[in-house]
Amino acid sequence: MTADASLQDPPALPPQFRPEGPLVHRNAAISEPAWVQRILITLALLFLLGFLLLPLISVFAEALRNGWVTYKDALVEPDAIAAIKLTLLVAALAVPLNLVFGVAAAWAITKFEFRGKSVLISLIDLPFSVSPVVAGVIYIMIFGRHGWAGPWLDENDIKIVFAVPGIVLATVFVTFPFVARELIPLMHEQGTDNEQAALTLGASGWKTFWHVTLPSIKWALLYGVLLCSARAMGEFGAVSVVSGHIRGQTNTMPLHVEILYNEYQFAGAFAVASILALFALVTLALKSYLEWRHGDELAATRRH
Amino acid sequence: MTAATPSFQRARRARSVIPGFGLTMGFTLFYLSLIVLIPLAGVFFKSSQLGWDGFWHVVTHPRVLAALKLSFGAALIGALINAVFGTLVAWVFVRYRFFGKRFFDAVIDLPFALPTAVAGIALTALYSGNGWVGQFLEPLGIKVAYTPLGVILACTFIGLPFVVRTVQPVLEEAEKELEEAAASLGANRLQTIVRVILPTILPAILTGFTLAFARAAGEYGSIIFIAGNMPMVSEIAPLLIIIKLEEFDYAGASAVAVAMLGLSLFLLLLINGLQVWSRRRHGQKT
Repeated sequence: MTADASLQDPPALPPQFRPEGPLVHRNAAISEPAWVQRILITLALLFLLGFLLLPLISVFAEALRNGWVTYKDALVEPDAIAAIKLTLLVAALAVPLNLVFGVAAAWAITKFEFRGKSVLISLIDLPFSVSPVVAGVIYIMIFGRHGWAGPWLDENDIKIVFAVPGIVLATVFVTFPFVARELIPLMHEQGTDNEQAALTLGASGWKTFWHVTLPSIKWALLYGVLLCSARAMGEFGAVSVVSGHIRGQTNTMPLHVEILYNEYQFAGAFAVASILALFALVTLALKSYLEWRHGDELAATRRH
Repeated sequence: MTAATPSFQRARRARSVIPGFGLTMGFTLFYLSLIVLIPLAGVFFKSSQLGWDGFWHVVTHPRVLAALKLSFGAALIGALINAVFGTLVAWVFVRYRFFGKRFFDAVIDLPFALPTAVAGIALTALYSGNGWVGQFLEPLGIKVAYTPLGVILACTFIGLPFVVRTVQPVLEEAEKELEEAAASLGANRLQTIVRVILPTILPAILTGFTLAFARAAGEYGSIIFIAGNMPMVSEIAPLLIIIKLEEFDYAGASAVAVAMLGLSLFLLLLINGLQVWSRRRHGQKT
């Protein structure tokens, strides 16, 4: 290595002739002076620090304010455990539903041409623009006691609103577009060539999806599922309207946080909140990992 | 690279070869109708029982008007703050190198991932009179928690990622050659930024702004804790809907819901319009 270097490199300049910095300041014309850069970076980081990191840190600080014992007690209390279980159950029901829908919708939209496609995409995105509270209200209007189906449900003793099915419905609504949204741009980009090749070689439609399409969208699918489950576990407004706040029965974790907080049990409220914040941090870590490791296989907009 | 022609070709080929259109399209429409369209239609139907006069009477009630004004006004201010700082953050992340960049880049999505109720109690704890930040603001006469200022704060928090995440990719793809051309033609840096870079990213800023606005206008969880919820002062529209529901005023609740939906639908159309506009601009450029 040392012998080769002498052949390849030009002889080093004597120290007195060596330039201070790089010979040519690359892109000096299209960048800002260092002090401007430093000010802008500081401003941006201060903004992020104050608005994002401080609230996050304060959740954990408040949760541990009265020590580990109160923290642990707030989490092993039966109502808290019931809330954690219900939250996981709701997510476990809502996410697969939207997963199947997302794949079906993305397949229909990206593999075929039809009229009204952009209207359909807008309708799929619609739940994002609807206030979560309104999302809860619409199910009350249908399944509530004074709703359309209310009397019939009463007669047959079926409970939807103020029970688990209503919570699942409201969660499905607010997480509706997540998976479809991640898949549509990616599958649109990929086109149909691979599927056509598989089909001409004699694979069945199902086989083509399973062995050709699915492997190429798996990371985007996982990404969508990740965002979907994070929102499903954290949803508050919509669930709050349809849950009825029955302790130990229809209280999800965010609702449990609210109840404890309104009863001035701040340590308990922040303890449960800290678990939710941990979920959020895990979500962010996984999300960053997916973007970093499999960015090429996510949609174009995710490539950083 | 492949702009106009393939979609036409694909249309002709796809219809004959790829299977499953009926199944997937049928399921998509069925599920969409069941979960979204029919329930949404239901709320319109419920409010229509009031009649136009009744609807107008509910929606123009001073308390409802104040709540709508607060929800949409605070969301507007929050989105404006995010448009400025979000663009700044996106710029700094795309163009500069600094320590901890990847960490902060991941943290930007926190408002998406953190449950709104958690964000709400955290912000309240920070900005109340004895909180970490509030204790310094209070002596200055700035009360954040339990005032409309708190609502704006929560709206800013909740909408923060939208502008950053829409501007970032556009800024990354922006061609530096254009800036070099501007510089070599004698423009100073400020002129280049205002005349060359800003027009390129403006559609993205607008889209992010609208998304942040729409999200914050309907926001409930992170606001109710910090707002104080005083009628006419710091009561947001979604909370008013819940109050009406608790009073069994279903028609009134659905009227306010319809008013919010109408405003949101208007925003959705605006977003789509902006996206079409920005895509067209982008298409012309490449």
